[in-house]
Amino acid sequence: MENLQLAVSGLANGCIYGLIALGFVLIYKATEQVNFAQGDLMMLGAFIALALGNDSHIGAPFWVACAGAVLAMAALGWSLERVVLRPILGQPQIAAMILTIALGFVLRFVAGAIWGHDPLALETPIAGANFSLGGLILGADEIAAIVVTLLLTGLLFAFFSRTRLGVAMQASSQNQLAAYYMGIPVKRVHGLTWALAGATAAVAGILFASKGSIDPGTGFLGIKAFAAAVIGGFGSLPGALAGGLIVGLIEPFASRYISAGYAQIAPYAVMILVLVVRPHGIFAQVSAKKV
Amino acid sequence: MTLLEVRDATVRFGGLTALEGVSCAVERGEIFAIVGPNGAGKSTLFNLISRFYQPASGDVRFEGESILARSPSDIAALGIARTFQNIELFERSTVLQNLLIGRHTRRRASLPSQIVFAPSVRREEIAHRGAVERIIDFLDLQPHREQTIAGLPYGVRKVVEIGRALAIEPRLILLDEPASGLSVEETGDMRFWIDDIRTRLGVTVLMVEHNMSLVSAVSDRVMVLAEGRVIALGTPAEVRTDRRVVEAYLGSETPAR
Repeated sequence: MENLQLAVSGLANGCIYGLIALGFVLIYKATEQVNFAQGDLMMLGAFIALALGNDSHIGAPFWVACAGAVLAMAALGWSLERVVLRPILGQPQIAAMILTIALGFVLRFVAGAIWGHDPLALETPIAGANFSLGGLILGADEIAAIVVTLLLTGLLFAFFSRTRLGVAMQASSQNQLAAYYMGIPVKRVHGLTWALAGATAAVAGILFASKGSIDPGTGFLGIKAFAAAVIGGFGSLPGALAGGLIVGLIEPFASRYISAGYAQIAPYAVMILVLVVRPHGIFAQVSAKKV
Repeated sequence: MTLLEVRDATVRFGGLTALEGVSCAVERGEIFAIVGPNGAGKSTLFNLISRFYQPASGDVRFEGESILARSPSDIAALGIARTFQNIELFERSTVLQNLLIGRHTRRRASLPSQIVFAPSVRREEIAHRGAVERIIDFLDLQPHREQTIAGLPYGVRKVVEIGRALAIEPRLILLDEPASGLSVEETGDMRFWIDDIRTRLGVTVLMVEHNMSLVSAVSDRVMVLAEGRVIALGTPAEVRTDRRVVEAYLGSETPAR
């Protein structure tokens, strides 16, 4: 029973890692850029929801605050692509990488300047609610994280495999020049991808903030999610979720059965192990380029 | 009737003039070839027509309308498709998926209806798949349908790229060196396909090609470029005997002593 309890909390955390990892994969799939600010976008999404919804701030109804945060982050993601990423389109990948790392710093400092560096809690209607199932105690926040993540992943998966825009996003990532001549407005597609990644980050942020407090450093969770994306095989949406769940599950068990200190490094140890055994990740889609 | 018209086009890259005052008109249903020595401006002209380059002066008109304000992602919807000298395919996708992306501009269904795969989307998808399968039959690509591009031989990729361009259902197809890198046998097949694209599919063909026997065999008219200018335009037979063409290819005649 104790193991089951650990598994539930691990899954709930893993879902949030998975959602951030989805953001990584979305942008990578469509633009072949790695957005290291994805974790910080999540943090910002959480803060925007908090600023809109908490009674000490604007005090809008919770659902309005959530919708507002998702829309605001979609708009921010779109603008970031437009203003920051587009000018370096066509430059080596390392340029975009460094740019997004810097972007992460900026977002963290901006959040710190607006909301301070002390931990804040998001007020949610489900805070503190618990369900007991057999001997198992399920937090409403944990259930919400799991359900919302599964729905969103399913929706994104359908979007990429079934819709014209989703297929266009995949096409642009494989060959921009060819995509143009298929009638795909590649730059606009990149902007929409970033908007989608921003919206996903906001959802992850709200779910994370429902489970505990947030501060500007919350964005460092992105590093763990990056490990999750790598474990799942960068470029695969189900892989990102699976990688997130693996990382989420490892943590509570490592801290229970090994030690809390080792639990911190466990996700990265697994990432290294996966990279050694299956260099393209568990759900690998990329094949080695021929030369 | 004129389908594509280039009027007095000049393209410069910095101080270099790649095209100077080039004019030509491609008639509907014609196979029109552009030939010339390396650096003559053939690819520049191609990239000008496919809206990759902007001219310093002049105009490009498709079906009577200027397309200079259009971007590369607009021309598929206008009815212009192109292939590339170095083959630009979606490497990690299958032949079928590559051809299906060619249908992008023809898809009409709304985003929500696509996500739930509504009956209207289903009907549309069946139609698109049918169109793509006809192209696969037309180009004999059945054995490679489900294969990933990255694993295909060069000659097959070349054909797949033409198939993808045809999936757009263009009125004009621009072929950039369709026979380069092909074996003698594959070049023979290419000749029949180019002819069939015009005769059976009714698509006007504008191509850049170095292989003169292919050009002579399929083209209605040939335009010869040298150093960015048109030096000859006419039937393959007329062009072959043109004094300036011979000079451009073989160097000017030195008087015999």
